[in-house]
Amino acid sequence: MGAQLRVYRRRIRSVQATKKITKAMELIASARIIRAQNHLKASLPYLTQLVDAVSAAASHASDVSKHPLTAKSVNPVRAAVLVITADRGLAGAYSSNTIKETEALTHNLNEKGMEVVPYVVGRKGVAFYRFRNRATGGDYTGFSDQPSYAHAKEIGEELLKAFMTPSAEGGVDEIHVVYTNFTNMAIQQTRVRRVLPLEVVDEIVDTTTEGGTGTPFPLYEFEPSAEEVLDALLPRYIDQMVYLSLLNSAASEHAARRRAMKSATDNAEELIKSLSRAANAARQAEITQEISEIVGGADALSA
Amino acid sequence: MSGPLAVAVVSAERSIWSGSAKSVVAKTPEGDVGILRGHEPMLALLMEAPLRIELEDGSNILVAVHGGFFSVDSDTVNVIAEVAELAQDIDIDRAKAALSRAQAQVDSEDLSPVRRAEARLHVAKA
Repeated sequence: MGAQLRVYRRRIRSVQATKKITKAMELIASARIIRAQNHLKASLPYLTQLVDAVSAAASHASDVSKHPLTAKSVNPVRAAVLVITADRGLAGAYSSNTIKETEALTHNLNEKGMEVVPYVVGRKGVAFYRFRNRATGGDYTGFSDQPSYAHAKEIGEELLKAFMTPSAEGGVDEIHVVYTNFTNMAIQQTRVRRVLPLEVVDEIVDTTTEGGTGTPFPLYEFEPSAEEVLDALLPRYIDQMVYLSLLNSAASEHAARRRAMKSATDNAEELIKSLSRAANAARQAEITQEISEIVGGADALSA
Repeated sequence: MSGPLAVAVVSAERSIWSGSAKSVVAKTPEGDVGILRGHEPMLALLMEAPLRIELEDGSNILVAVHGGFFSVDSDTVNVIAEVAELAQDIDIDRAKAALSRAQAQVDSEDLSPVRRAEARLHVAKA
């Protein structure tokens, strides 16, 4: 076999092996999108109940705007940004999109005179900050593709602790989350959401009236009291916001990976096609050459 | 007044149980509360304790709830807990291990890990 043909065949085999891997990753990612979507759906009843309860308690509590979690700092000096990236690569621009968005947000906040403390989920984001020697408030890795509520709670508590610390002692005055919203298989967008200070009250009342129910809250009897119920519920609300962002991001990560792997598989197919054409041509050229050599040899003998 | 209550138990990750029941007994910071049909609207916090749901046929379902609240409104009871487990979802050995771990490192201020483990065991054994 000619040297050129051998090289072509070797490359075809290698591309075929790669294609098998990318195809498998594509299938795994599609299966996981569905699982992530189910998790997302399963967490919604809790959220609606929580939102209803928070707004009911808020409408009964004496003065919501003075609650430490809703009160705006007059002169904010530091903001925490929770950025949610992937643990693994091969997901297209998924991680770099959230990082880019975070950088833009950081720039904005810096211009307003605020210092930014990043909290990072996912190895890709952690690597980004470590490479640039920028300090983070917290690193969380190992669960970006399958987050559980326990993970969200851990992050939520950490953020809340930072928020409750006075800014003079290194606490933060605002908390933002940068995540990727999963709309459907084809559409995922990077979003920025401010979690703290809460704007729950207006926001929630709006959603309940627009949400179709429109009924005023029943005259609940609160136990122990509306204020205490609100105190207990608001941190939960933050945990749930973090959890929801994690779930959305996980679903988006799988969708991004599926898309990246699908185009990788398509590219591999194309490459295999053009390589086999080239290999066929090389084989044909070799045969032609051999024939002409034989004919030439026979002519030389008979002459 | 013998119609059923509509009860739903929801945790942060998924919906745990829903169905109709005769009564619900829950533990709030102020003490145990029993809910029957016709109860006034109520929104209360839950302690780390077993929640008992009495079904219409008289049998009981126990749920270990860890932190959360419940709301009662027009004969609908929604139990919303960060973590909620039915008896069949609880691994007794693991729960026992968690209890002894919690007791070993207990500091007098925060008893909730112990209470949580006890509630879980209680549900699993019932």
